[in-house]
Amino acid sequence: MKARRGTAPTSYFWLLITGAYFFVPLLATFLFSLKSNQTGKCCTAASYTWVLHQGDFWHTLKISLLLALETIVISLLIFVPTIYWVHLKVPRLRPVVAFLALIPFVVPPIVMVVGLLDVYRGTPSWFYAQPWGFLAAAYVILAFPYMFFSLDAGFRSIDVHTLTEASQSLGASWPTTLVKVILPNIRSAALAASFLTLAIVMGEFTIANLSAFSTFPRFIQAVNEAQAYPAAALTLMSFALTWGAMLSLLLVGRKRGTRAAVLTGAR
Amino acid sequence: MRSGRRRLNLAWLATIPFFAYTFLFLFLPAGSVLLGAFKGVHGGYTLGNVRVLFHHPYIDAYKTSIEVSLVTALLGGIIGLATAYAALREGTPKWVRSIITTFSGVAANFGGIPLAFAFIATLGTIGVMTQFLKDQLHIDLYAHGFTLFGKTGVEIVYLYFQLPLMILVIAPAIDGLRREWREAASNLGASSWQFWRYVGLPVLMPSILGSIILLFGNAFAAYATAYSLTSGTVSLVPILIGAYYTGNVLDNPHLAQALAFGMFVVLAAMMVAYIPLQRRAARWAK
Repeated sequence: MKARRGTAPTSYFWLLITGAYFFVPLLATFLFSLKSNQTGKCCTAASYTWVLHQGDFWHTLKISLLLALETIVISLLIFVPTIYWVHLKVPRLRPVVAFLALIPFVVPPIVMVVGLLDVYRGTPSWFYAQPWGFLAAAYVILAFPYMFFSLDAGFRSIDVHTLTEASQSLGASWPTTLVKVILPNIRSAALAASFLTLAIVMGEFTIANLSAFSTFPRFIQAVNEAQAYPAAALTLMSFALTWGAMLSLLLVGRKRGTRAAVLTGAR
Repeated sequence: MRSGRRRLNLAWLATIPFFAYTFLFLFLPAGSVLLGAFKGVHGGYTLGNVRVLFHHPYIDAYKTSIEVSLVTALLGGIIGLATAYAALREGTPKWVRSIITTFSGVAANFGGIPLAFAFIATLGTIGVMTQFLKDQLHIDLYAHGFTLFGKTGVEIVYLYFQLPLMILVIAPAIDGLRREWREAASNLGASSWQFWRYVGLPVLMPSILGSIILLFGNAFAAYATAYSLTSGTVSLVPILIGAYYTGNVLDNPHLAQALAFGMFVVLAAMMVAYIPLQRRAARWAK
């Protein structure tokens, strides 16, 4: 075995295969989106202007973005204190929390929504009939695994005990320690979890569809069924949204010199 | 379960919001589905719903679902592992690594409606790739029996989120493969194959198997992508359940809950296999 100089040929092979598989559908969707709705020929931006002139586009986009924000805030409020305490005081609970946070991988959204609709059908309409109630509650559950994995990795990468003891021996209270000492140290992990959650909420279809809330993905599906070329434009916009969320995450991380931590968290 | 001592130091109280939330929005709904699976149409409890699952067409839906999940988990696992290693190993430029890990972070969350349409625009009947192959290379995919709107199509599309997920979850394990191990093996005269056979793969194996199990669950639970791609014509278990609630076939709602219960059983078995593997994989982490 020789010392490695340059890229190995097998590496080229796998990177090219995977790269092509990742790239071709994006390129094809782009070319598709430029075709004219009347002639099916290239090239026009009509599909994009069509989308931007739909009132429902802006309306559902706003609903989904607000939903994502709400989901992120609730998830962080639930997970940051929990994981902090588990790491600091009750490490033996960590497998339990990990197991519970993993369950949403085991409970598919299609099953979850059936159960949620069944349990909460009779509840007040401010909860049941509102996306901010019912749907947000379900989305927090969807965010569980991502929140846990990111934040747990974040907490594992810092020395929770030393930081807490240092903070407290300087006279800080528990809330001060959590907000001023711990939070800045797991900021990149929390951001990573937040941007992942944003991506999930902006793409979630199953639960929104079965509980009949007008979210952005349901708007995309409605266009898919009716308008082929604008649907391609909309698909790309949706991808760009996810992509933008991740890129801004990277930029925020780089400025602070925590790029590696962000990448770890982003996984 | 929890000892009195831990109750006394009150530390676990801070975890109450988490456990309360889990109970309200995870256990309660799950419990209602599980109980519903064993309820009869006219009240009372029965095994009838579950027994029906072993007959046509339900058993076929399970077979299709498991097949699609298994195929995409294995293919995604193997190609993802190879790609992750290619991107992370020494000699590969750093920017390749950044691009692959960043893109995987995004693409693992691509899915559902936009993803289905991206492939319709690529490999659908008037897709760009389909047209290109037909016009330029005279290969008419659809004349040769290919269709994107069936089981194979679903598998091709699922790989788009399976592959990046594999790259994401296996990357830490690959990073954990110490450079010194490779050098030590090399100094002792081991070939590249011998390194992988006796060091690399045994160390990575729990992580690989664990990741493939995650991928399986990921595909098994997916609904939106297949729904949008095939308009609900491919009979996967989630599609069947969805049809019960969105369509007008609610003659026995408990049958849908029984179908869901069946999914629980398959996925819970996967989880049980995952946890000890995860534990073994963690051995090499530090």
